[in-house]
Amino acid sequence: MKKVPIYGLMAEFDSPAELVKAAHRTYQEGYRKIDAYSPFPIEELAEAIGFHRSGVPLVVLVGGILGCVSGYLMQYWIHVINYPINVGGRPFNSWPAFIVVTFEMTILFAGLAAVFGMLALNGLPMPYHPVFNVPRFAFATKDRFFLIIFSSDAKYDATATRRFLESLAPRSISEVPS
Amino acid sequence: MEELSKQQHHEEACPGKKKKLDLATVLAKIADTKGPEYWRSLEELAGSEEFQEMLHREFPKGASEWLDPVSRRGFLKWMGASLALAGMTACTKQPLEPIVPYVKQPEEVVPGRPLFYATAFSLGGYATPLLVESHLGRPTKIEGNDQHPVSLGGTDVFSQASLLDLYDPDRSQTITYLGDAYSWTSFLAAFHGPLNVQKTLQGAGIRVLTQTASSPTLADQMKQFLELYPAAKWHVYEPVNRDNVLSGSQMVFGQVVETQYRLENADVIVSLDADFLYAGFPGFTRYARDYAARRNPDGKMNRLYVVESTPTSTGVKADHRLRVRAVEVEEVARALASALGINGGGVPPNDKQAKFLAAVVNDLRARRGTGVVIVGDHQPPVVHALGHAINQALGNVGRTVVYTDPVDAKPINQIESLRDLVGDMRGGKVDMLLILGGNPAYDAPADLDFADALKNTKIPLRMHLGLHQNETAELCQWHINEAHYLEAWGDARAYDGTVSIVQPLIAPLYAGKSIYELMALLAGQAEATGYQLVRTYWQKQHSGADFEMFWRKSLHDGWIEGSAYQPRQVDLKAADFPVAGQIDAKAIEINFRRDPSIWDGRFSNNGWLQELPKPLTKMTWDNPVLISPAMADRLGLQKEDVVELELQGKKLTAPVWVQAGHPDNSVSVFLGYGRSRAGRTGTGFGFNMYALRNSAIPWFTTGVSIRKTGDTYKLATTQGYQTMETPIGSRPLVREASLEEYRKDPSFAKEEEPKPDFTLYPQLPGFAYDQNPYAWGMAIDMNACLGCNNCMVACQSENNVPVVGKDQTVRGRHMHWLRVDTYYRGDRNAPQAFFQPVPCMQCENAPCEVVCPVGATVHSTEGLNDMVYNRCVGTRYCSNNCPYKVRRFNFLRFQDWETPQYKMMRNPNVTVRSRGVMEKCTYCVQRITQHRVDAEREDRKIADGELQTACQQSCPANAIVFGNINDPNSRVAKLKASSRNYGLLADLNTHPRTTYLAEVRNPNPELEEKAEHS
Amino acid sequence: MDDPPQVTSGGGRAPVIEPGYTFATITDKISSIVLTRPVSNGWLVGFGIGFLLTMMLLYAIGYLFLRGVGIWGVNIPVGWGFAIVNFVWWIGIGHAGTLISAILLLLRQEWRNSINRFAEAMTLFAVACAGMFPVLHLGRPWLAYWLFPYPNSMNYWPQFRSPLVWDVFAVSTYFTISLVFWFIGLIPDLATLRDRAENRWAAIIYGILAMGWRGSARHWKRYEMAYLLLAGLATPLVLSVHTVVSFDFAIAILPGWHTTIFPPYFVAGAIYSGFAMVLMLAIPIRKFYGLEDFITQRHLENSAKVMLATGLIVGYGYAMEAFMNWYGGNHYDNYLLWNRLHGPYAPLYYALLLCNLGFPQVLWFRKWRTNPGLLFLVSFVVLVGMWLERFIIVVVSLHRDFLTSSWGMYYPTKWDWMTFVGTIGFFMAAFLLFIRILPMISIFEMRTLLPEAKEVKAE
Repeated sequence: MKKVPIYGLMAEFDSPAELVKAAHRTYQEGYRKIDAYSPFPIEELAEAIGFHRSGVPLVVLVGGILGCVSGYLMQYWIHVINYPINVGGRPFNSWPAFIVVTFEMTILFAGLAAVFGMLALNGLPMPYHPVFNVPRFAFATKDRFFLIIFSSDAKYDATATRRFLESLAPRSISEVPS
Repeated sequence: MEELSKQQHHEEACPGKKKKLDLATVLAKIADTKGPEYWRSLEELAGSEEFQEMLHREFPKGASEWLDPVSRRGFLKWMGASLALAGMTACTKQPLEPIVPYVKQPEEVVPGRPLFYATAFSLGGYATPLLVESHLGRPTKIEGNDQHPVSLGGTDVFSQASLLDLYDPDRSQTITYLGDAYSWTSFLAAFHGPLNVQKTLQGAGIRVLTQTASSPTLADQMKQFLELYPAAKWHVYEPVNRDNVLSGSQMVFGQVVETQYRLENADVIVSLDADFLYAGFPGFTRYARDYAARRNPDGKMNRLYVVESTPTSTGVKADHRLRVRAVEVEEVARALASALGINGGGVPPNDKQAKFLAAVVNDLRARRGTGVVIVGDHQPPVVHALGHAINQALGNVGRTVVYTDPVDAKPINQIESLRDLVGDMRGGKVDMLLILGGNPAYDAPADLDFADALKNTKIPLRMHLGLHQNETAELCQWHINEAHYLEAWGDARAYDGTVSIVQPLIAPLYAGKSIYELMALLAGQAEATGYQLVRTYWQKQHSGADFEMFWRKSLHDGWIEGSAYQPRQVDLKAADFPVAGQIDAKAIEINFRRDPSIWDGRFSNNGWLQELPKPLTKMTWDNPVLISPAMADRLGLQKEDVVELELQGKKLTAPVWVQAGHPDNSVSVFLGYGRSRAGRTGTGFGFNMYALRNSAIPWFTTGVSIRKTGDTYKLATTQGYQTMETPIGSRPLVREASLEEYRKDPSFAKEEEPKPDFTLYPQLPGFAYDQNPYAWGMAIDMNACLGCNNCMVACQSENNVPVVGKDQTVRGRHMHWLRVDTYYRGDRNAPQAFFQPVPCMQCENAPCEVVCPVGATVHSTEGLNDMVYNRCVGTRYCSNNCPYKVRRFNFLRFQDWETPQYKMMRNPNVTVRSRGVMEKCTYCVQRITQHRVDAEREDRKIADGELQTACQQSCPANAIVFGNINDPNSRVAKLKASSRNYGLLADLNTHPRTTYLAEVRNPNPELEEKAEHS
Repeated sequence: MDDPPQVTSGGGRAPVIEPGYTFATITDKISSIVLTRPVSNGWLVGFGIGFLLTMMLLYAIGYLFLRGVGIWGVNIPVGWGFAIVNFVWWIGIGHAGTLISAILLLLRQEWRNSINRFAEAMTLFAVACAGMFPVLHLGRPWLAYWLFPYPNSMNYWPQFRSPLVWDVFAVSTYFTISLVFWFIGLIPDLATLRDRAENRWAAIIYGILAMGWRGSARHWKRYEMAYLLLAGLATPLVLSVHTVVSFDFAIAILPGWHTTIFPPYFVAGAIYSGFAMVLMLAIPIRKFYGLEDFITQRHLENSAKVMLATGLIVGYGYAMEAFMNWYGGNHYDNYLLWNRLHGPYAPLYYALLLCNLGFPQVLWFRKWRTNPGLLFLVSFVVLVGMWLERFIIVVVSLHRDFLTSSWGMYYPTKWDWMTFVGTIGFFMAAFLLFIRILPMISIFEMRTLLPEAKEVKAE
């Protein structure tokens, strides 16, 4: 039989609690290149696998500032520089009237930054991923909880790692072919 | 066959027609009918199923619910089918004969550079001197001849709107015999035979029926004709005639004289039911100017007493108005005469009148020679006689009243004249009946039943000359399409006798003939052009050798030097006046009046006039029965209730309109509506009141009965609400005071207004208006404004403002850029009324501009609130935010883009707006620009008065003054400096550039409490 | 299973989700509506009606473009009619969706989890309906793009002092943000559908939409953060949108428009009508699809409470408006009040007070608050009332303004009605399609309500 390279070892659990516990153990064990999958967000999980900074807020902040500045400058340029004309005797730079659009632009840019920033950081869309090769993984979007140790982890060793995972008393363990 | 080819030609002439899939069917339909009949057949077509289908394909189902079938936009859809109009737009020609431009002729005619020609428009025989603006040979705008002593630049609504008649697509366009097209030569052939027969009979069988004529040339032709055919007869008839005036002067002077008034000398004016401050009254333009000139409260103000029945704009301007039924005016006149020591044989019937008359008498006595009594045309001869007697007694004659020869070339009793004619017709005495103009089949008194006489008394040769294939034409074998006065040569006299040569500005569009050319045939002058006829006549009159000079000057100036009649000494023959019969106070009176907009019906196909709101009712497109509020309450009538009027057995149903200030127990109806063959615009609108009119009592009588039918009828008024009073208080829109109050507090009109610099904002760079060479502004003197609507028509003509039709008017979508609001105040039965013309205020802080999302309305450095049509997307936000509601929106495609004639008529310097665009008054920016260009070329500033807006130019009373408010010496700046000056709704801090001079009345202290308004 | 009290958040109140569910059952119950449940006749009828009304809308619009805005009842002085009334009404309805999904999220209101998904969908469709009108009511709708700042040949730009331009920005931003917010919320559920779908094509399409979501802990962390921030942004946004809409009126100088109280009471009114619409949708749906366990009494009751509260704020708005018109002593404002109370449109004003202030007071009583039938009726009445409110504001202020000479009346034509009813049909059709092809309840958020999900914290 042909030998496919292993992407990682995946353990399946029944409840979020077990998964979180297992993740903790794995991290303490010294594994770093690990990940966990759950059908709904579990705050503790990211902590457990040692993932702390999401980086999204910064992107949003930048987006917001960009929208705010560009929003006001657009109006200023249009009414003061490019085509100044008397409208109802109001000053060219009618800043109180320009606030609304500036505000809306801020929200728009920040909001889009949040969405696309998140997707980009998550590397989505990603049509193919090795974990999908595991048939049971389909339940990761229903009621099963998965922990994976990637073969690229320094501490990874086909037998030792499997033995370690078994010690976590998972429902099952499967190899993830890449 | 001929028609078919024309169709093809037409289709080429107007591409885009082909796209209208329905046109084909229409054309096919028409192809079957003979060309000249075509528009009548379209009338029939309108009823046919195919047409309904087409209508619904043109405007899909449900469309017709808001498109009334004859609205202008409605009929433009089948305008395309117009046969005779093939290539219309291409065929403008100057007349062949030399005509003399009013201004110095440029090297060649420059596009966009109008030329002005002097000519004249006649109504009821009286000429209004005009200047007509011509673009590349197309008359586009009619203005008053400011050099002419009668006009001084003013005009009236009829003469201005007559431009639309020239281009009326419904004008008759060929000669017809029994409805088929024939050539002029074939007419001559058919005509000469019978004429020769008549020669042997001295013309015993010839009857000529004309309208009132003052033309010396025509009179001369008639003379020659009657010499040639001594037994022939010349009849004259117009429904709105001056029979009473003539008989009145006969009664006192034993001869017919023209009565002129010199209002500039008049301190006290007493009107006995005379509407002398509205178009149609002989001399209106001049009287309006002279009257208004005497209304300046800082000068010597005149005082106007009006005794009247049907409320008129003259009554609105009165300092004291006595509301009586028309039949009672005679009593009042007698009482007045008696009080002034004339054997008038009358005493005032009640205290109210007694008090009023006492005051009038004292006033007249106190100002002997500077008072004047004016009597309304429709009052019976004896009242006119009394009027003359009073003026004589007060020594007014020669100072405020002047008598001259009659302007009317044949001053006869026209109703009698028509009665004779009908008699002869029924008596079989008539072999040839030539109806030269007019429409007697429609507008003759019902009891004469002229139409029946015309139809059923087998007169061998009946010929009608007219602008339209009207009700009369239908009953004549021959119809000759008449040339419009802007197409033909002629002459006419103004009310003071001054002769104007009527010179054409454009060759006849449809090869029409003028009355002169037809009379030439009768007078045996063979084939002669109008030009030759008029010119040769005046050659005979002019003794000197310098005829060419004289001719050119007369054409250039617009009148013939020294042709005005000289005042005549006439003295009273009779001093006693036949005593009147008792009038029944109980019986309801009915008044027949000429319509303020369409006169006697001759203008019923004129969209501008049909949609022109009548001065007091603001009514358009209809002629409801006016009744007083008290009477309405008594009969349980509301406006728009339909009633049945019965007079001497004749019945007629029409809606009522409750008119404030109308005398009680009296109704007023207006002539000219209910036409059956007016054309697409006029046919079917309103109600034909001639059906009730009796030749014996043409103007008013008692004994009419009114019955409520229970139906209602939608009327189209342009003003929502006719009072400034609201349930929670009055609004200071029109500000008014008596002369005393004004003297006490000259700035009574000033109300709390924000300071000019009342703003948080810094001054806009480059928009400091006082730094600019020009800052345009307008001042409207409400003391002078007579509500004559002239400005509205002027604006409509100058700015290509569309007509929208009755249904759209009902929906509140009329398009007038300038409107004249009429407000009533106080007791509904005897209210005070005010006129207020409202153009765009050109606010410096324009609310409309701020809210426009696309910057389609912005401000110019000269302070104009500019409207950028092609930028407008039509949110209507600007209109919502305009406190003056002067903005007008093209809710549908109101403008007629197809009709070729209208293309010729429009002002080429003004954009023709299409659907979905907002529009409004621009202060005639096209005129401003033109003058700026001229001034800059000559390196000078625009002089004050050189630049006039259309409304200002047309105003006979000089009520509207426009100019540069940065120039402290300009008239407008001076007026705005007046203490009476105030801005409408100025407390909104809009800084309107258009401001008003508050109204100051000059009531008689004796009647003061009458002047006090509740 | 643990004992129910754990899943209910305190008090004797009804739970936000009935006990006895597991991750699996929740997933199956909700996804089955989309994946396995056959198309029912009820749905077909509803969709059919919506579709036909949509066709009518298209006909009315086609004819409008052919003839011009004159086919409507608008005129001078009443330049704005049904179009703007409907615009404000629809946009207001939209607000509830964002409020539920964003503001209640920030407020950690768990009960929102079972209604936010279709509330957001409702928002999208309502805003779509609203968005049509400003374009349709233009005299020259084909030039609507001139309101956007794009470099154009005329070298001219929108006029940013005009509230209408603010509208363009506010509404388009609102629509965009609501759309992405809604879509982000869908991604995990799309993944679920991808993995549940038997039909290959369905699996592929859901798979593409799910963008390869696999529920990694890292993804979840960023996801949650982004979702939270979006909520934080959407909250001021939703408040700003109706504020801006109210500026359309408040900025103008017209009596009855020129009022500083408009922004707050427009926002309150928006939420008022929005929740009314939510209930009008939720009540039949939970019945029809047997979702009483997920959309419980608790949800209905809370929504009713929100309506009661916002309804009272709106009432305060009316009172203050009337008071200021009187107290301000300005003749034109005084007259506006008089005209509302005694003018030709007075009956509508009284009807409005009855619908928005009178009838909804039944919500004070728990007995009625928890009666779905009655709630449905109240919601309907409130929607009518809110529509009347906009009619009063737009038409009654316009038809009698400063110069008595230009007073007029406004009568809608059949085209006005066809366009209005047509958008309701479009809304119906769109919503019914939505519940057939996407999970109308957020599955993954429902999972978090289960005791198992909470155990994690317990430890």
